[in-house]
Amino acid sequence: MTRYAVRHATTYEYKGDVVHSHHLLHLTPREFAFQRCLTHSIELDPQPSFTRNDIDAFGNGIARLEYDRAHNKLAVTAQMQVEIFARYLGPLEAAEPWDALRNRLSYHASPMSGADLDACRFRMRSGHVPIKLAFEEYTRDIFVPGCSVATAAHALMGKIYREFKYAPGSTTNRTSILDVLKTRRGVCQDFAHLMIACIRSWGLAARYVSGYIRTVRKGGEAAIGGDASHAWVSVYCPPLGWVDFDPTNDCLVAEDHVTLAWGRDFGDVSPLRGVIVGGGGHKLEVDVRVQPLGI
Amino acid sequence: MDSHGQVRSHWHPLVEGIFEDDARAARRATEYTRRMIVENGITYNVYADRQGRDRPWILDPLPYLISAQEWQTIEAGVAQRAKLLNAVLIDLYGKQELLSQGALPSEIPFGHPSFLWPCTGITPPGDRWLSMYAADLARSADGRWWVIADRTQAPSGPGYALENRQIVRRAFPHLAQAMDVRPLGAFFAALRDELLRDAEEEPLAVVLTPGSFNETYFEHVYLARQLGFPLVEGHDLTVRDEKVFLKTLSGLRRVHTILRRLDDDFCDPVELRVDSALGVPGLLGAIRKGYVTLDNALGSGVLESAAWLGFLPPLAEPLIGEKLRLSSVASWWCGEPPALGYVIANLSSLVIKPTYPNQKLGPIFGSDLNDEEREVLIARIRARPHAFVAQEHLAFSQAPVWYTKNADTFSARALGIRVYAIATANGYRVMPGGLARFASDAHAEIVSMQRGGGSKDIWVLCDSEEASEEATAPIARADRTVHRHHELPSTLVENLFWMGRYAERCDYKTRLLRATLGLRRNLPFRGQAMEICKHFGSTAVFDPEKRFTLRGDISRLGESAARVRSSLSGENWRALTVLQRDFRRAETARSDARETLDSLLLSLAAIAGFALDDMTQDDGWRLMMIGRRLERLQFLAELLSRRLGSEGTPLRQELEWILEIGDSAITYRTRYRAPPVWDTTIDLLVYDERNPRALAFQWRAINTLLIEVAESLGSKPQETLYEAVSKLVAFKYTNLGGEIGLATGPRLILARHLTDLMSASAQLSDQLTSQHFSHLEFDSRAVSA
Repeated sequence: MTRYAVRHATTYEYKGDVVHSHHLLHLTPREFAFQRCLTHSIELDPQPSFTRNDIDAFGNGIARLEYDRAHNKLAVTAQMQVEIFARYLGPLEAAEPWDALRNRLSYHASPMSGADLDACRFRMRSGHVPIKLAFEEYTRDIFVPGCSVATAAHALMGKIYREFKYAPGSTTNRTSILDVLKTRRGVCQDFAHLMIACIRSWGLAARYVSGYIRTVRKGGEAAIGGDASHAWVSVYCPPLGWVDFDPTNDCLVAEDHVTLAWGRDFGDVSPLRGVIVGGGGHKLEVDVRVQPLGI
Repeated sequence: MDSHGQVRSHWHPLVEGIFEDDARAARRATEYTRRMIVENGITYNVYADRQGRDRPWILDPLPYLISAQEWQTIEAGVAQRAKLLNAVLIDLYGKQELLSQGALPSEIPFGHPSFLWPCTGITPPGDRWLSMYAADLARSADGRWWVIADRTQAPSGPGYALENRQIVRRAFPHLAQAMDVRPLGAFFAALRDELLRDAEEEPLAVVLTPGSFNETYFEHVYLARQLGFPLVEGHDLTVRDEKVFLKTLSGLRRVHTILRRLDDDFCDPVELRVDSALGVPGLLGAIRKGYVTLDNALGSGVLESAAWLGFLPPLAEPLIGEKLRLSSVASWWCGEPPALGYVIANLSSLVIKPTYPNQKLGPIFGSDLNDEEREVLIARIRARPHAFVAQEHLAFSQAPVWYTKNADTFSARALGIRVYAIATANGYRVMPGGLARFASDAHAEIVSMQRGGGSKDIWVLCDSEEASEEATAPIARADRTVHRHHELPSTLVENLFWMGRYAERCDYKTRLLRATLGLRRNLPFRGQAMEICKHFGSTAVFDPEKRFTLRGDISRLGESAARVRSSLSGENWRALTVLQRDFRRAETARSDARETLDSLLLSLAAIAGFALDDMTQDDGWRLMMIGRRLERLQFLAELLSRRLGSEGTPLRQELEWILEIGDSAITYRTRYRAPPVWDTTIDLLVYDERNPRALAFQWRAINTLLIEVAESLGSKPQETLYEAVSKLVAFKYTNLGGEIGLATGPRLILARHLTDLMSASAQLSDQLTSQHFSHLEFDSRAVSA
């Protein structure tokens, strides 16, 4: 088990006054079998005129904010302490063959288990994840008949890690993953979306996980750092359940990752989105610190 | 026509009625119909159309008849289908048992862009997901009606149906009565009551439109007017503390019900499509708490897919305890392996359609494909079977149409009908009529307004007293039709204000140009006159430059008018479109400049007349008139002060030029019967309160209007012009009317007073803007981190 303290500070500095705004925050660490939330707080400056805490359609904790008075700066600081538990997986080969799983998740006019239906929510195209033949072609050598879905996903993760260059600034939130596939560069969000598209193009289920990673130096020494939000992919691999793959680091998610939220893609779980009235231009600063804690 | 090519029996009275009447009746009715469509300004915008926006609606005067007996089947079937689809929506956004039980494939909703995840768990009042539903039906050769498609998002067309009825009934006045056609008015009254059903005291309902560029904007205007609700765009609404408000002239007004004509994923950029500038940020929060009702509920668009059709019949009994009355055209969703096999084997007799509306794939007729195209299509289907649906190729029954180049004969066209149902306290109620649409040419099988087809009115005949109650029902309850002026959306009023300003700006620029074009070349002040034209951005009639020119102002007049169309009468709107059209034509034809300006002035005078005589004189109208008066005041004050501030006594011709621009030359002549001189010119253009072109007339009118607006809003009238006006008035008594005429000193003082008046009116304009429209000042945009 590992404990972390995470501080995620976002600051908007607006050129002019923002006279009215609404925001939606996905900044609450999700609790599930491998993660427990010990403390959590979101500090806001200025104070919003209205706040509502809620759970979204995918089970993530959210906060909705409204500002009805003029302000030229918005600072959102989320702080949390979480406990991460080791994930006992079993061998990847133990997962179902991908083609059998695809057939089971596809419609067959008979009842479906709750877990399977839940997986079906993450099988289709979504805003950031188009499903195109190009993704199928790119991964044809991996998805051979009878291969375990977890093994295939693991191979896919390695392929993306090897063939794509991590290049901050080379893409934006709006870059299509078809372009990423062409240029072979991107950041964690692009690699996650690309991997999801490949998995879904074979009729399987994959979801986008938003969170943080502890950065580890070459010598194995833990460092203060991790200067941004992170993202990876969770793949439905029964009977192992959902298995998390990090294509940016070519690793299975274990005790180095802190999970915030999951959804179909970035659009469902972006840490902070909103609509502002006024403001002119804005400057955005994001500061993320992930600090392991002694037990 | 029936399968033997014979006219069906219930058509006989119509056909005989028309031809007994007069052999040329068809031509007359067609011409009448076309004229009414242009005069009433009924348009349908076609995206990417070479004719541009506002293409006239096409209506064939010959109504489509449906017998009482036949209608009963349709009516019961459509009402039942609405009930069933509503039940499916309850499940899809609730427990999703239909999916877990395997009754419906999860691929259809979960891949559909209108399945809105943030809407899961929302329960609309009364579990009413569909307030309005429409079914597209077509008839096969054996006379049976089939459902072709379901419209569950914001079914378009009921407004066009009502408008069609009003025109066609007038085209055949005695026939409609003699044939006992069921009226439509009661349906709209029921819709009104339905929309306000759950609302509290003094409920406010609005019609939400994506704006004047939308293909059916005409209908949004029309519906809003029929229902007596304000027509608003997303930025007219604001969400505060999870409640929705309309920004009105008198502040924020709580909104309880929104009849939306906006696609659901565009409705809230905070939770749905982030790139939507058309929506209302925070709207979903208000819906979730039940503080506002959207009709139809957000997310209902998910049922708009041909893929559902084949799955509905077995659901009817478990969900609503009835057997499905209306069959839909046989459909195979390719996501099921057996269906896929059948489709591939029988492709040549099937029509292929997309499962999801964002696939950009038109219907493909298997019979049209050659071998190679077939293989390509089959490969596409195999790669993504769940994204395709196949339907039986149903030969549409044809109907007689008059609307052809040569209107003396009938021709036959494939025809489909759209039938509307609304939710009421006693179940779904079906409009006794609807919109019949026919294909663009004799061989076409696709019936669509976007593809250039036409429409017909549907006459449902009665066979008993069933409809006598309908006939007497009022169109809307009188106490609720009163359009309360304090509900005037601020943007509407702002656009009225600017429409007033632009109309007047066009007027003075036209006069300036016309007067200057008339000057002889050798006149010494001609150069100065040209300078002044340049200063006001009015150097050529057909200036290619768009900003600050007459041409630019004409198009801005058109744009602001389009945004206030719901406040303009049909004739007024027509005058505005004719003005735009004529000017464009003159420009293309390089018509004579003076002639163009003359006819432009006439059109502008007509618009000024409509402003005075043809509009409800509410606060919106008052601000429009203030806009006109302010514009005139500013222009004339500036023109005069420039001349007064420069050297030399003006020549007679120059004063005549000024009087012509000020539209006061004739008044001057009749009053003074002598060539103009400065003193009297100033008196007539500045101080004469009886001259509607004089500055004094403007400031008095503005003052009265400001007092009326302030009274109605309970505020204080602006006194911004007072100081400048009192100085001008004082000046008159000390300096004008003497024998000597205007000396240099007083001339310069007068010039300064006029400049002061100009700045004061600019200041007043800003004050009005910040006081009444300030909350509209900014555009909203999305941020994300």
